[in-house]
Amino acid sequence: MVAAGCGGTGRELAAYSGPDGLDGLDFVTRSITLDARMGGPGPRVEEVPGGLVNAVGLPNPGLEHFLATELPWLVRAGVRVVVSIAGSTMGEYADLARRLSRAPGVAGLEVNVGAPDEVGVGLFEVREPYHSASVIAAVRREFPADRPVLAKLRPDVSRIVEGARSCHEAGATAVVIGNAVPAAFPDGRSGGLSGPAIAPVALRCVAEAHRALPDLPLIGCGGVHDLRSANAYLDAGATSVQVGTALLHDPTTVARLRADLSRSHQEM
Amino acid sequence: MSEVQGPVHVAAEVVATKRIGGYRHLTLTAPGVPERFRAGNFVAVTVDGHVARRALWVHRVRASSAFGPTLDVVVEVRGTGTAWLAAQPVGARIALTGPLGRAFALPKEAVSCLLVGEGYAAAPLFPLAERLRERGCAVSMVVSAPDEARLLSALEARRSARSVTVLTADGSVGQRGTPADHLDDLVRRSEADVVYAAGPPSVLRAAAGAAERAGAWSQVAVEVPTPCGTGLCHGCPLSVVGEDGVDRVVRACAEGPVVRGDRVRWDAL
Repeated sequence: MVAAGCGGTGRELAAYSGPDGLDGLDFVTRSITLDARMGGPGPRVEEVPGGLVNAVGLPNPGLEHFLATELPWLVRAGVRVVVSIAGSTMGEYADLARRLSRAPGVAGLEVNVGAPDEVGVGLFEVREPYHSASVIAAVRREFPADRPVLAKLRPDVSRIVEGARSCHEAGATAVVIGNAVPAAFPDGRSGGLSGPAIAPVALRCVAEAHRALPDLPLIGCGGVHDLRSANAYLDAGATSVQVGTALLHDPTTVARLRADLSRSHQEM
Repeated sequence: MSEVQGPVHVAAEVVATKRIGGYRHLTLTAPGVPERFRAGNFVAVTVDGHVARRALWVHRVRASSAFGPTLDVVVEVRGTGTAWLAAQPVGARIALTGPLGRAFALPKEAVSCLLVGEGYAAAPLFPLAERLRERGCAVSMVVSAPDEARLLSALEARRSARSVTVLTADGSVGQRGTPADHLDDLVRRSEADVVYAAGPPSVLRAAAGAAERAGAWSQVAVEVPTPCGTGLCHGCPLSVVGEDGVDRVVRACAEGPVVRGDRVRWDAL
């Protein structure tokens, strides 16, 4: 599964997807908001040892444009589209969910309740588990029960069990752990750290959440770049993984990993 | 269609290296990349131990050589990643993605073109000059640099251009000055219909301004740090004004690096 914000519009991945193209690929879009967002100023991404600090600011063309242009392209290419959504009010989340529920080809939603820079970008404040749960509940009410609603949380070890439990109780089908870790650029600006550096943190969060909530499907995300790093999450109790930053390092990562995982499943 | 034109991700091999002035030139084989290359495209390479990739301008493409098709890239050492790249010996293998980005648009008719470049970033102008010459365009070139060591291929410029102006800020070779000092005069003298520019923002802005004042078109190859180079991360914002007059932020790697000079919001760069 391609993690939100690391697959461009999806089209860019087509060149690196091997003979089968994007057919059957689980793809989480970058977060879509009701209105278009230009994103933050540069530099948006800076390299640090073992990862990237980023404050991209959720640039996206807005729901209208996404539905008119990007979604149909992805659906035609055979992509299983999970739309990541972000809103500045509870009403916006509900609105996004309602309108996406009617759009043909939306396989599921991922609610971005763990963005590391939400204060700076004017998103609805969801740091408290209570708040994320109310957002999930609002989205769940508007989105058909037979299609998944994922909650993407930040990998905060001290809050992850509580956060995962409240999202689950509010109706999340699965919980994605995690988003970028709150961090700072070398110049002091706020951002989020992603990449191999955060894998041990996210792995710990997955393990703790799985121990406390063994029935809740978890999706591991953070530093996945090969079979071994993917299996670490699966062994810790995740049911699947998302690939993010690794795609920026090697755009063929997802195609390779899909092939490797299906081969290792066949061998089992 | 898109399959043939799209980028590929391959293991490139270093087949030759040389130091020219302050830069390292690497000649690489990269199956499929030279064949797809158009002037203005760039490549992204993986640097050992680093997550972000390094974007490199392509200075030259050979359709055939003893090693088959090859491409030359120019490396300016700026940090540990580029230092690693510059130190790669013949035989080293590097993961490479390319060609990436939008290329220079070529005029349909044989018009006069002025090509303005500064430093290592002038690299894409050299394959461009060859394409333009093949089309019968009158090509004039300006190669500039802060000093002689950072002057890229002034001799090669003489092979593909009708006239070449060399500018260094310290006057160590050619005329003293920056493109901004001389461009209005150069655009007028070359009677350019199109001005192509590659280099730091100050040079691009000067080129776009001089072109506009002379009623010429301009295309500029913008260099914004590109963490992935492939359009995936949205980490290389470039502020532009759309055809409709509305401000937009596009990805320098995917919607650029070559854009019309009159479309760039230079103050935001």
